[in-house]
This record gives sequence, C-alpha cells and structure tokens, in this order.
Amino acid sequence: MLNKKKVSRIFLFLVLGIFVFYYITPLYVMVVTSLKTMNEIREGNLFSLPNSINFESWKIAWTGRGEGTSDVFLKPYFFNSLKIAIPALIISTFLGALNGYALTKWKFKGANLIFLLFLFGTFIPYQAILLPMARTLGLLGISNSPIGLILVHTVYGLGFTTLFFRNYYVSISDEIIKAAKVDGAGFFKIFFKILLPVSLPILVVTIIFQFTQIWNDFLFGVTFSFGENAPLQVALNNMVLTSASVKYYNVDMAAAIMAALPTLIIYVLAGNYFIKGLTAGSVKG
Amino acid sequence: MATLKIKNLEKKFKQTEVLKGINLNVEEGDFLVLLGPSGCGKSTLLNTIAGLEESNEGEILIDNNIVNDMDPSERDIAFVFQSYALYPAMSVKENIIFGLKQRKISKEKINQSLTKIAELLKITELLERKPAQLSGGQRQRVAMGRALVREPKIFLFDEPLSNLDAKLRIEMRREIKKLHKNLKTTMVYVTHDQTEAMSLGTKIAIMNNGKIEQFDTPKNIYNKPSCVFVADFVGSPSMNFIKGSLTSNNKLISFLPDNASENETINFNHNNELQNNSAVLFGIRPEHIFLKKTHAARVAKDENFAEIRVKTELHEYIGHEQIITFSYLGQELLGKFTSSIDVEIEKEMTLFIDLNNISIFDKDTKQRI
Repeated sequence: MLNKKKVSRIFLFLVLGIFVFYYITPLYVMVVTSLKTMNEIREGNLFSLPNSINFESWKIAWTGRGEGTSDVFLKPYFFNSLKIAIPALIISTFLGALNGYALTKWKFKGANLIFLLFLFGTFIPYQAILLPMARTLGLLGISNSPIGLILVHTVYGLGFTTLFFRNYYVSISDEIIKAAKVDGAGFFKIFFKILLPVSLPILVVTIIFQFTQIWNDFLFGVTFSFGENAPLQVALNNMVLTSASVKYYNVDMAAAIMAALPTLIIYVLAGNYFIKGLTAGSVKG
Repeated sequence: MATLKIKNLEKKFKQTEVLKGINLNVEEGDFLVLLGPSGCGKSTLLNTIAGLEESNEGEILIDNNIVNDMDPSERDIAFVFQSYALYPAMSVKENIIFGLKQRKISKEKINQSLTKIAELLKITELLERKPAQLSGGQRQRVAMGRALVREPKIFLFDEPLSNLDAKLRIEMRREIKKLHKNLKTTMVYVTHDQTEAMSLGTKIAIMNNGKIEQFDTPKNIYNKPSCVFVADFVGSPSMNFIKGSLTSNNKLISFLPDNASENETINFNHNNELQNNSAVLFGIRPEHIFLKKTHAARVAKDENFAEIRVKTELHEYIGHEQIITFSYLGQELLGKFTSSIDVEIEKEMTLFIDLNNISIFDKDTKQRI
C-alpha cells in the first residue's frame, strides 16, 4: 500500500518537473542570451551560460545606441504604456465594481438582461470590434492618442470587470445593504463605506487580470496608434522586426524581458491573492 | 413609543400575490409577533413595514402618519436581521454608531449613546473588534445594539434568534423580553417558532398564505384558535381533530364521532351556543386529555369532562413527559402526560377529555364555531 503511494508520488513529481522544465526553458534562454555579447551568441550554443554578466544589451534596449532617428528603444514607449494602462485599469475596475454593485444590490427591472449583455461582451473577440472602434475613435477625434486607447481598453474590459464584481457581490448578504439603508446610507455611501472595504480579494483579481490584458495588448495598440504614441508591445515588435541588417538577439531578448517584467512582478507579488480571490466567491468562509 | 396601523396591504411579486389584504392595529408598547410557516409572507410584511419593499395597495401608518412613500431611514424604525447583517469591515463600535453618524448627530451625543448601549448589552470590551472575531451570541448583541442606539419609534425583528443554538436562543429570548419590558417600545417580531411567539408577544398575528388567520393575544390564540390552521399550527404536538357531527337531543347538544354508535356521543352540558351540524371537527389538545378521572376532575372546571373509550397504540418518551397515540373509533388521538404514569400499549382504556378546552370547527369552512 505504502509503496504504491510512493510510486504515484514519484510519478507526480516527475510530471510536474517536466512541466516546470518545459515552461522555464524559454525564460532561461531569454535571460542567458540577453546577458551574452553577439560574439558569444554566434559561437556558443543556446543553453550555455555567458562568460561574464554583461548588461550592455539591456541598456541598449532601454535607451538605444544614440544612432539617430531610425533607432527604436523602449524607454518612451514604456511610459506610453503606463499612461494607457494605469488610467484604463483604474477606470474599468471602478466602473466594473459599480456595475457589479448596482446589478446585485439595487436590482432593477431588466438587471439580469443587462448583466447578460455584459457577459456577452466578454465573448466578443478583439478583431470584431476593430472597425467599429476605429470609426468611433475617429468621430471622437481621439484616434492615435493615449486617450483613445484608454477608452478602447476601458470599454473592452468592462464586461470582464463587471462579471468579476457582480459574481463577488452576489455572495455578500443583501441584509447588510438593507441594514445600511435603514441606517440612512445612500447608494454611494453603502458602496464606499461598506462594500468596497471587503472587496480586496476581487479587486486584486481584477487588477491583475486587467493590467495583464492592457499591458500585453498588441492588436489594439497596433491598430489605433502609430509612431511615438505606440504602446510598449508595438514598439517591441517594431524594434525586433525593423532593425537593420544585423539581428541583435541579445538586445531583442533584453527588450522582451523588460516588456514582460511589470506583469511578472505583479503576479509574483499578488499571485497568491489572485488564487484566493478567484475562489473567494464560491466558498463561503 | 408609537402606534402602527396597516390597512388593506397588498403586495405582488410579478404574478404571485404575497400579501393579500393585511390589516393590523398595533398599539403603543405592543409586542406584535408575526408567526407562520415559511413562505407565508411574514418577512415580506416586515420588510414592507420597514420600507425595504414597496407595497402595491394599502397603507402603512406609523403614529397615524402614512409612511408608504418614505425611505426606510425616514420611518424612524430599527431593523434586526436574521443574519445580523453587521458591516464586515467595521469594528463593533463603528457598526453601532454608523446610523447615528448618517443622521449627523453630535460626537458627544453619539459617544454617550454608545456607552449606554454597550453597558446595557454588556459588549463594552468588544467595541474595537471586527464582526468576524465575534461569536454568534455576541454578533446578535451587536446587531441589537445597532438597533437600540437609535432609539427608534418601532423595532422590527426578522427571526433574530434562528441562527443561535438552542440554549443561547432561550437566553436571548429572555433578554429581548426584558428589553421590551424596560423600553416599552413598540416591537414587531417575525418568527416561525411558536414558543418564541408565545413567550415574547403581547399580540400574535398568525399568517398563512399571505393572509392573517388570527390576530389576538397569545392566550386566545392558544385557547380559542379561530380556525383549523391556527389550532394546528400552534401547540406541540398539535391539536387533535376528531371528525364527526353535532346532534341535538332534548335541547342537549352532543358530538357524534364518525363510526360511533348512539351511546358513544360526547355530551356538552355547559355549551348552549352550538347548533346541529352534520360535519365538524372536534379539536382537543393533547394536554387536555387525562388518564385518570381524578386528574380530569381536578383540572376541568365544573366537572365538565367526558369519557371516551380508546386503545393505546404508540408510546413516545421525551423526558419529563410522554406522548401516547391512541386509536379512537378508528381515528388517531394524541395525549400528553407526565412520565410518572405507566401506560401499557395495545390495551383498551378510558380517557377523560376536558370539555372546557375544546374547539369545534366547521369541517368545510375550517372556521371555529
């Protein structure tokens, strides 16, 4: 009996080990390559460690070589992305929370239908809204601007954030809201004083989800912005694809890591909360 | 202190009628208990009084002012919820004073009220804690505190004790009773527990299917139930209903159970109000049945008791008392007795029924005759 258990344990860890290896390998290659010089890359193999730790390519990816106009580097685009991601994140999360609150605690006629429409919105693929969105942005006069992309991400994210908050607030007792009404609190007072303070788990989930979505977005960025207004992922693409005759793999790798770093950091810091938050609504404590 | 009047209140959820013309008149200082099975509309009625739900028809008057269109907070009521509904992110103290703060009451006054309530409910040392750190009984106290601190005209309770264990429930029940005795505030209390209703209420409204079946004092509800539903709902085990008819013989009215022969009638010597009726239910509570003639003679006023022949069928022992199931002319009859008397099963015997404590109902209308 014990032996059987042991064998299955070993098997389990073996499988897990394989998957860990599978997922960590690309990251390893990226990090190692970014630290090598071009000569080392040409001579050595993909997995070999660098001869010395050399952050030169990271510097180049961030601030460029100083070679004039054709030189693409990430620094300005990184801040472009921040300028888009942070407002879009805050607005879509806040509106989602407000929607979820109104849809569950201030039930009105047709509330379920409206929620269904929000839910429907989460199933619409990116590509489907490109044309109508381009037209809308044009009419509003905010195409190729951070504000335009903030609007796009807010609108597209609203379905998801509403869904998250709605499902979380459904599990919070209606009697608490009734008690607050009897105590004389209104719509916003109840939201800010009573509901929002207990929303941390779902806030973390929403923030991670939305930030990752917005930060990693390429399609909206490449469609609705160009030139110096482009977000980071678009710049990364331009940098890797449009560089001159020589391919600087080390710089490309450093840039790719940089572009992924903010989301990685958020996952590491709040990932534990993310998992807790995802199950918080379903299991009552 | 305040009066509460409800006139022809009706409430619909889409097509379903939840309240079908409720009329109630609660006097100052009354403790009204709304009692009924689940789904009878009692909680809806309470929520409508509070203003948390809107009615479709009828009027609600607090101190003779129509409050139909007022917000819950404007009605000067306080509500204690079944789940306590404490604000999870706030400390006990913040929970209690939240309502006062909304009303822009001065800090000094808030602190005074808080101290008073905390002492009254013995929760002073809990004030800084969060609801999650409290036991069920403590949460219950805080919920009460939140209601009391506002000194409202009317208290509304929605099954406040149903989440507590049996022992704590009896303790809290007594405390609510004490509270009412001291404050003399008008209270409306919803429960499905008849013991709670009986022990707390000065008036009880028995609800069934969106209607009030009887609105009366606990004693009258118990002794003079207005219909079969009330008689059946109140009391444990519930009232026995023996099917039969009323016949008259020389101005003397008697009850003839189904399948009984002429000499097995129950004669009413003291009741002149009854008339012939072909189909009635003869209601007698299990505790008004006696095993010994001496017991019956002692309890039943004016020797007003009847003898019946039965056969014992089943015996249930429950500590201080026992419940025995008899077969009476093919109908089931339950009796409740002290455990000190030994009763043999499957045996013919004579029982004595206290005729002062019977209820006769019309079999068709189910109403008391």
